[in-house]
Amino acid sequence: MQIGGVEIEDTYAEAFHMWAARLVITAVNGQWAQTAAHATIGFATSIIGCGCEGGIERELASTETPDGRTGVSLLLMTRSREDMEKQLPLRVGQGVMTCATTACFNGLDSTETVSVGGNLRFFGDGFQISKLLDGRRFWRIPVMEGEFLVEDRFGIQRAVAGGNLLILGQTPEAALAAAEAAVSAIRKVNDVALPFPGGVARSGSKVGSRYKFLRASTNDAYCPTLRPLVKSALPEGVNCVLEIVIIGLTEMAIRSAMRVGAEAACRPGIVRISAGNYGGRLGKVLIGLQELWA
Amino acid sequence: MSATVLQARANLTLPVEADSITPDRIDGLQQVAVGNLPILYGREWAPLGDLFAVSGDGRADLVLEGDLTHVKRIGQGMTRGTIAIHGNAGLHLGSQMRGGEITVDSNVGGWAGAHMAGGRLRIYGDAGPMLGSAYPGERRGMTGGVILVEGSAAARVGERMRRGLIAVGGSTGDFPGARMIAGSLFVFGQLGPRAGAGMKRGSIVSLGSLASGVLPTFQYSCRFAPGFLQLYLRYLLRWGMPVTPAHLQGQYQRYTGDINTLGKGEILIYDQH
Repeated sequence: MQIGGVEIEDTYAEAFHMWAARLVITAVNGQWAQTAAHATIGFATSIIGCGCEGGIERELASTETPDGRTGVSLLLMTRSREDMEKQLPLRVGQGVMTCATTACFNGLDSTETVSVGGNLRFFGDGFQISKLLDGRRFWRIPVMEGEFLVEDRFGIQRAVAGGNLLILGQTPEAALAAAEAAVSAIRKVNDVALPFPGGVARSGSKVGSRYKFLRASTNDAYCPTLRPLVKSALPEGVNCVLEIVIIGLTEMAIRSAMRVGAEAACRPGIVRISAGNYGGRLGKVLIGLQELWA
Repeated sequence: MSATVLQARANLTLPVEADSITPDRIDGLQQVAVGNLPILYGREWAPLGDLFAVSGDGRADLVLEGDLTHVKRIGQGMTRGTIAIHGNAGLHLGSQMRGGEITVDSNVGGWAGAHMAGGRLRIYGDAGPMLGSAYPGERRGMTGGVILVEGSAAARVGERMRRGLIAVGGSTGDFPGARMIAGSLFVFGQLGPRAGAGMKRGSIVSLGSLASGVLPTFQYSCRFAPGFLQLYLRYLLRWGMPVTPAHLQGQYQRYTGDINTLGKGEILIYDQH
């Protein structure tokens, strides 16, 4: 199968079920909301090393936020509910509460919830104030700037992480331009986020390593510099590979994102669009690349 | 017909104890059974049908028509459904209610929403004293729900309130939010004298003027724009309360007290300068 002269490999992305939360961060302006968002998910690229994966879902207009300020919605994913109970208060506490002018609200309507403001309130050292409005509890935590407003509990739901595309380009410039186009297209899809810097990962990994202490190591089959040394997956003429990793609230959202991302990446200088998998041994969600257009 | 209509047969001048007029009691009853519900009229029990013309079988949505100034305890303890009152309502309207909604076109007597724990009470006229407060001897008044008054409220609104939201479009009488334990009281008109006397926690928000200064047992904290007010003011705006853009964008002076008690309550005064 080809799109615009680019081969769509007959393979699949191997994705995983995870737990997701959606954070709505508001601030006095979009710049401060973005600052808090980046602080919160800046070190949330890979579940392997960060404890969670997260990304900016989209910017929110003032009409879309609870307090009428501009904001940003984030998706954050963990392996287990218990991990979410640790990661959310930690990241909201360090990434949002510390950031000037911000407030943080739950953005996911779910029967399953974890405590966030309910944990962070103790920072108020007894001076915190609870407010219950329309069935939602908020905490007003006094801070040097004034008050930090945070919702008591955040909804969580089962979600999917690990949707991905591998963009195999003739040159680093072509691969990067294609990746940027893919990121731009995917960011228009609802309910997904891209956890890696700029939405692009250059250091894709494989499971395991020749070192016993390392659970994951470089995806040597896609490293152009190792072409003669390993069982390379690179066709002739490919000199650079970039990966787009996608997390989403639903498999359907991941599929939509992969489709529009791949279509956007099919540009001159791209040889093949592929996807990463582990032979179907790890993830339960297998997303065939060519099925995306079926 | 989607609602059960109860039309007062005449001017009810004697006190009527009408705690049987709730959706919980009436929903599902035949029309005859609705008419046979007991009501205390003066000092004698009478069937509801003697005082009200009943239209339709019992539903969860009730419409009451006529001057019900002397009809007490309408909607007392209700947990669901709606009551729409076209006219005045008497004492104890919606007291101890836990769910559902009561709307009143005109004025209501004292103790409306006393010990309310949930639901919504909407009054388009004025409210009498002790709105959403506690009965004598009780430790806690309102523990949940929302009371919205377009007009004014008399003395001691929200006394001993523990949780919930009261918003008064007009002014209040003396001692608004006295002995509040928690919860929120918003006043768009003139905030009555001695606001928050004895309050432990909770928020009194003055969006209009003050009848007199803040009690000396409240201490000035700062001038700021509390984030939580954005949530409350937008909520109240959706319900038609007189929130202005200036309220949303404005600064508020914060006083904390009452230091005679716990001292963790607050009076937020919209700064018009």
